[in-house]
Amino acid sequence: MPESIVTILDIAIGGLLLGGIYALIAMGLSLQYGVARVLNIAHGEFIMLGAFGTFTLYTVVGINPLVCLAIVGPIIFIIGFLLHSTLFTRLRISAPNPGAYEASSLLATFGLLFIIQNIALLGWGADYRAYSYLNFGVDLGGAIFSANKLVILGFAIGIGVGFYLFLARSRIGKAIRAAAQDPAAAGLMGVNINRVLAICFGLGAAMAGLAGVLYSMRIPLNPTMGLQYTVIAIIVIVLGGLGSIPGSFIGGFILGIIGEIVTYIDPSLSLAAYYFIFMLLLLVRPKGIFGK
Amino acid sequence: MVSRDMDITRFTSKGFFIPGLISLVILIGLATLPIYGSLYNVVLVTSILMYIILTVSWVLFSGPTGYMSLATAAFFGVGIYASALFLPTTGAVLPVLVVVLIGGLASSIIALGVGALTLRLRGIYFAIFTFGLVVLIMELLNWWELSVSHLLGRYVMLVDNNVIFYTMLGIFVLIMLTSFFIRRSKFGLAMRSIGENEEAASHIGINVTMVKVITFAISAFFMGATGAIWATKLTYINPHVAFNILFSFMPVLMAIFGGMGQIYGPVIGAAIFAYLQETLQTEFPYYYMLIFGIILVLAILYLPNGLVGLVQNLWKRRPGGQHADT
Amino acid sequence: MPILEGEGVTKYFGGLAAVSNVDFHVDEGEIIGLIGPNGAGKTTLFNLISAALVPKPGTIKFKGKNITGMKPYRICRMGVARTFQSVKIFANISVLDNVRLGSYFGKSPGLSSADATREAGEALEFVELSAMSATPARDLTLANQKRLEVARALATGPELLMLDELMAGLNATEVAQAMELVKKIRDRGITIVMIEHVMKAIMNVCDRIMVLHHGEKIAEGTPQEIATSDRVIEVYLGEQANA
Repeated sequence: MPESIVTILDIAIGGLLLGGIYALIAMGLSLQYGVARVLNIAHGEFIMLGAFGTFTLYTVVGINPLVCLAIVGPIIFIIGFLLHSTLFTRLRISAPNPGAYEASSLLATFGLLFIIQNIALLGWGADYRAYSYLNFGVDLGGAIFSANKLVILGFAIGIGVGFYLFLARSRIGKAIRAAAQDPAAAGLMGVNINRVLAICFGLGAAMAGLAGVLYSMRIPLNPTMGLQYTVIAIIVIVLGGLGSIPGSFIGGFILGIIGEIVTYIDPSLSLAAYYFIFMLLLLVRPKGIFGK
Repeated sequence: MVSRDMDITRFTSKGFFIPGLISLVILIGLATLPIYGSLYNVVLVTSILMYIILTVSWVLFSGPTGYMSLATAAFFGVGIYASALFLPTTGAVLPVLVVVLIGGLASSIIALGVGALTLRLRGIYFAIFTFGLVVLIMELLNWWELSVSHLLGRYVMLVDNNVIFYTMLGIFVLIMLTSFFIRRSKFGLAMRSIGENEEAASHIGINVTMVKVITFAISAFFMGATGAIWATKLTYINPHVAFNILFSFMPVLMAIFGGMGQIYGPVIGAAIFAYLQETLQTEFPYYYMLIFGIILVLAILYLPNGLVGLVQNLWKRRPGGQHADT
Repeated sequence: MPILEGEGVTKYFGGLAAVSNVDFHVDEGEIIGLIGPNGAGKTTLFNLISAALVPKPGTIKFKGKNITGMKPYRICRMGVARTFQSVKIFANISVLDNVRLGSYFGKSPGLSSADATREAGEALEFVELSAMSATPARDLTLANQKRLEVARALATGPELLMLDELMAGLNATEVAQAMELVKKIRDRGITIVMIEHVMKAIMNVCDRIMVLHHGEKIAEGTPQEIATSDRVIEVYLGEQANA
C-alpha cells in the first residue's frame, strides 16, 4: 500500500478514535447539562478517575483493561449518582430560579474539580504514569495499525451507539427524555424527577469514566489531565448544540478528525484549533448543529 | 448563592464615618509595614493583597451581573507575561509602573474582545468560554515556546521587595476606590439591574452589552496589573506557572466564602484564605487544596450570603435587631 | 402619520407562526386594546415591537422611522416603553432606584443625578407609590409591583406605552384603580397599547380594539363593533364569561 494512503488511513483511524473518545465524553456532559442542568466542570476528573482506576487495576491486580470497563463504569456511575442525589439535588431545591441553580451548580463542580484532583494527587502522586496494553501492530492489507487503537475505536463507537439506543428505547431513557423536556410535567406523570436527574448525572460521569478507561491504554496519565478534556467536551457540546445528545456524538467525531489532522501538522496546536472553532461558532451560530 | 444582597449603603454621616475610619487605620498600618514589619511579613502581606485584589476585581463584575467569569487566571497570566516581556533580566527594561500599566491594558483589551464575543449570549456561554480561555492561552504559549521561540520560560528582573509591596498596595487602594465608586454610581446600579433582570434592564434604555463589556474590561485591568507586579516576585515564569486555573478558583472561593453583599466581604474572605494558603502550601500541598474545595462546596450549600451575610443575619437575630435594616 | 405602524409582521418559532402577517397602526393619543385567546400571539407581538424579538419578515415603524431589528435600549430611548406579563421589577433594589434607573437610562441624552431622582419621585407620585420609596421591590404586593413597573416605564419618558396584562391577578378594586391610572396616563399625552383579558377594562377604556387569533388579526374596530362581531364571539366562546 502506498505510503500516502497509509498515512491518510492512519489519520482517519486516529481521527475516528479521538472522535469516539470525544463523543463519549461529550455525550456524558450533554446528558448532565442538557437534562440535569449541571455544567460539570469536573467532568474531566471522572475521565481521569477512570484512567487511573484502570491503571491501578491493571498494574496492581492484573485485570484486563477491557474488563475494567465493566468494573470502573458502574463504580463511577454510583459516585456520580450519589453526588447528584446529595449535593446537586439540595442546590436545585434551594435555588430561587433556574439561573441561580445553573450558577451555583457550576461553582459546586468547580469545587469538586479541586477535591477530586487533589485526592488523586494524594493517591497517585504528580508524576506521569503509563501502562502498555495491546501495543502490537495489526496488519490490515499491508498497513500496520496499532491494535489498541482499533480496539478503542470499536469499543467507543459501540458504547456510544449502545448508549444512544438505551436513551431512545428503554423506559428509563424515555423518562430521561421526558424530564429533559419538561421536568414539572414529567413529575406529574409519576416520574421520580430527583432519581432520574441523579441517574443522568451518574450516567454522564460513567461515560467519562469509560472514555478514561479506553483512552488510558494509549496515553500517559497524570492527575491534572482532566481539565483539557473538560474544555474539549464543552466545545463539542456547543458544536453539537447544547442539550442535543446526537449532536454531541457527531460533534465529537468532527472535532476528533479535525484534531487528528491538526496533530499531524503540529501536535501542540490541537487545542488552539478547537478553540478557534469554538470562537467561530459563538460568532456565527452559537446554538450549534442541532441546538434548539 | 451568588448574593446580590440589597446594598443599602447607609450613607448617613454616622454610617460612613466608622468604616471610613477603620479603613484609614488599616491603610496607615499597611503603608508603614516595611518599617516595623519583618521581610517575611512584607512578603506575606504582598501575597494577601494580591489575592484580595483578584477577588475584589472578580466580584466587581461577576457579583452584580451574575455572570460567572472563570477567566481570572487568564488575565492574571497575561499580566505576568507582560512583565516577563518588558522587565527581562537582560536587555531593555521599562519602568515598573509602566509595565504594570501595560499588563493591565493588555488584559483589558483581551477582555473587551472576549466580552464582545460572548457577553451578548447567554451567561453559560460566557462561563464556558472564560473557563477554556485559561487552558487555551497556556497551550498557545507552550506551543510558541516549544516550537517557535525555543525559549522555555522567562526570567523576570529582580525588583526590591518594598517596591513590589508598595505597588501592590497602590493597586489595592485603586481597586477598592474603583469598586466603592462604581457601586454608588448609576453605572453600578445598572449592573445590578442587569443581574436582577437583564431583559427588563435592556427595555428601560440600558445598553446591556456595553455595560457588561466595560465592567468586564475594568475588572480585567486590575487582574492584569496585579499579575505584572506578581511576576517580579516570582522571578521565573513559564506558561504553567503563569496560567494556573487555581487563580480562577481562589477568587471565587474567597468571594463566596466572604460574601458578596458588602464591599468588604471579599476582602475578608481573601485575607483568610490567602493567609491559609501561604502558610499551608509548603507543609500540606494537596491537603489544603482539597480542603479549600470542600469549603467552597460547603459555602455554596450553607453560606449563600457568605461569612459577612452570616454575621449580618446573626446580628439581626439579636433582641431588637429586627429593626436595624429596612 | 400614525405613531406606530406594522406591516406584514410575522414571527415563526420552528414551524409554528406565533404571529402571522399582521398589519396594524396606532394613532397618537389613542388607547388601543389587543385581545385574543391565550396563545393568540399578543405578547409575541409586543416582543416584536419592543425588539425583544425580531420580526421575520415584516417591518415596524415608530413615528415614521423603521425600528425593525433595533436593540431594545435604543427603541426605549426613542420613546417606546413597556411592562411585562410576568412583572419584571428589580427585586432586590429599592422602589425608588427601580424607577431612577428608568430616568437615568431611558432618555437621551441622560439626566443628572438630581434631575433623575426628582423625576423618579414624580413618577412614583403619579402612580401613588411614594410612600414605598425605600422598600425593596420584592416586598411589594403584586398590585404595587405592577404600579412600580408602570412608574419605571413612565420614567423613561415614553410617547408610547405598551402594557402587557396590567390587570392580571388584580381584584375588582385594583382593576378599577388600574383603569383610572391608564386614563391618567393617556391624559398626559401618552399613547397606549394594552393587552388584556379583563373585558370590562378593555371595553371601557379603549378607543379601538385589535383581535388576534392563532397569530392572525381577525378583527379590528371600536369596542362596540368588536363586542357585536360574530367572528370574535365565536372565537371567544366560553371566554365571554370572564368579561
